Amino acid sequence: MSSETGKILTTDGIPLEESLKQSEKKNKIKAFLLVAPLLLFLIITYMIPIGDMFSRSIDDKMVTNMLPKTYKAMENWDGKELPPEEVFEAFYLDYKILVKNKTAGKLQTQLNYEKNGFKSVLKKLARKQKKFEEGNYKEQIMKVHKRWRNVEYWRAIKRRAPSYTYSKYLKGIDMYSDEDGKIVQVSEDRRIHRILWIRTVEVAFFVTLFCFLMAYPIAHLLATLPMKYSNLLMICVLLPFWTSLLVRTASWMILLQQQGIVNDFFVWIGLVADDNRPEMMYNKTGTYVAMTQILLPFMVLPLYSVMKTISPSLMRAGKSLGATPATAFLKVYFPLTIPGIGAGCLLVFILAIGYYITPALVGGASGTLISNQIAYHMKSTLDWSFASAMGLMLLTGVLVIYWIYNKLVGVDNIKLG
Amino acid sequence: MALPKYTEPHYRIWHYFYLFVCGCVFFFLIAPLFVIFPLSFNAEEFLVFTDGMKRLDPDAFSLRWYNDMIYGTKNPWGLAARNSFIIAIFATLGSIILGTLAALGLSSRHMPYKGLIMAILISPMIVPLIISGVAIFFFMAKVGLAATHLGIILAHIILGTPFVVITVTATLSGFDHSITRAASSLGSSPYNTFMKITLPLILPGVISGGLFAFVTSFDEVVVVLFLAGLDNTTIPIQMWTGLREQLSPTILAVATCLIVLSVLILLTAELLRRRSERLRGINR
Repeated sequence: MSSETGKILTTDGIPLEESLKQSEKKNKIKAFLLVAPLLLFLIITYMIPIGDMFSRSIDDKMVTNMLPKTYKAMENWDGKELPPEEVFEAFYLDYKILVKNKTAGKLQTQLNYEKNGFKSVLKKLARKQKKFEEGNYKEQIMKVHKRWRNVEYWRAIKRRAPSYTYSKYLKGIDMYSDEDGKIVQVSEDRRIHRILWIRTVEVAFFVTLFCFLMAYPIAHLLATLPMKYSNLLMICVLLPFWTSLLVRTASWMILLQQQGIVNDFFVWIGLVADDNRPEMMYNKTGTYVAMTQILLPFMVLPLYSVMKTISPSLMRAGKSLGATPATAFLKVYFPLTIPGIGAGCLLVFILAIGYYITPALVGGASGTLISNQIAYHMKSTLDWSFASAMGLMLLTGVLVIYWIYNKLVGVDNIKLG
Repeated sequence: MALPKYTEPHYRIWHYFYLFVCGCVFFFLIAPLFVIFPLSFNAEEFLVFTDGMKRLDPDAFSLRWYNDMIYGTKNPWGLAARNSFIIAIFATLGSIILGTLAALGLSSRHMPYKGLIMAILISPMIVPLIISGVAIFFFMAKVGLAATHLGIILAHIILGTPFVVITVTATLSGFDHSITRAASSLGSSPYNTFMKITLPLILPGVISGGLFAFVTSFDEVVVVLFLAGLDNTTIPIQMWTGLREQLSPTILAVATCLIVLSVLILLTAELLRRRSERLRGINR
């Protein structure tokens, strides 16, 4: 070491500090390269598509693409009076193509969202337009249905033009922007989505509560019993955990049917009359019972892993200092289990809020949840942008819960088995 | 758990009540699985216990639904089982490779942005399945992999890796890194060190993560419902369609087979867990 520089050199003559930094950097890159394949894979196949859902949910080019000429012609129209002949002609030409390609139905549905009763008007036009003669389309179209004279309908088409919209999100909470652009609620009898949101949160909350109430005692028993007994009982928790979700749902369908064993049992103990067996499936009861049983292991396992670490001498110490068993439990044992309660409740709540399979099979009409609605729009109505919007609303909810949980308890506590 | 002799009577009652409650919950958890078992041997087409079955009359039991499952006409289960196994095996392999590598990187103390990256890696576990399904479907449709085996395998790798990442990271948390340093100081190449030293030690974690990934893939319906075409039908898809249309005893025969499979998986997982605890010296 030379006294002039005061620096420690490695055998290569490079200052030690620099050499360390270099090797640190090398290690960093090495570690990152190990993570990179999975990270890239997930970003490409998962993260970006979720972002894509967002652009889909606000993307409203569907109608604009279906009526390109009309919107071009409408550019100069102020929307105060009936549009000029050019617009009518352009609309006729656009619509003719749609009818020919058999995609007019999509436009009818979309415009009907904007203005009630548009569907029938358009359907009539689809039938009549084949006999149209060239020229003076304004007269011909207005002859088909008197509503074409109503400027409201043309305004509805124009209103549908913007290529970005938050209308799908409004629809998700049963609201829409009306003719004047004001945000209003849909009429009372058509507020289906809000009911679904409330029901989803309600079911998730109560399932979490039931799971907690049932899991706490058995997790405690498993954690305090001697190993040879608890291992045996643990199978009761782990076997359902590893068994297919559909198998467990199927077994509930058998149990809860009207001639099923649960009803047989109720009749046998005289709770209900044989000819008056209650319907326990295809409603909320079915959803609650089946979901609670299916999600119960997810509550037991985190609780158990926390309770296992609590020394029994703590309770004994509390009691020897004069606490009753109840006080000792409440003041000593219970507070120590809170991380487990948090982890279990988070897991069950998040799983329950996005549940799809079980409600679809045993839920019937009154037991379906928001996920079922998303799947319905993905598979049946093909309104993918609405499905995306609802999915993202659900995701936001889940992330908020996750964030709160992370602030309160910390995510690192999640353990498997 | 025996109570001490000096226990007061009201506490004794409370204790028995507690045991009773626990018994009920265990019953609630496990009993539904046992309903399927006898009913799958039903000779009749009904999904209730017939009088003959209650009398344990041998004629009331038969293997006809198992026969139907294997040899039935227009039977979808053979194809479904083959697809399910192919998809689950490849998805598991993919999850294990990607997940283990990532876990090795994440456990290094040099890893930058550890929290953020971990959050991204385990996000498929937290995001509700229906949303994952929609997003993955959009991606696969765009790149033309919808209704292909490869598309479903990739989708299941996405869903399966978080489990491998979590279990392997947990195993590595008790890992003594000086062993690998010792190996390299003795002249072993990094690859050799990994194969001979690291991998055997973290193997229980890798396998149990792999089991999770396998079960996730084997049991997954929501994403496959979006992705699968007619040729990619899997056991869960067939069960789902069967349960929606008509609950036939053939489904119960399949369900029984699945329960047997899950017992096997449970046993493997338990053996692995005990081995890993023994290796890590945790003995309570």
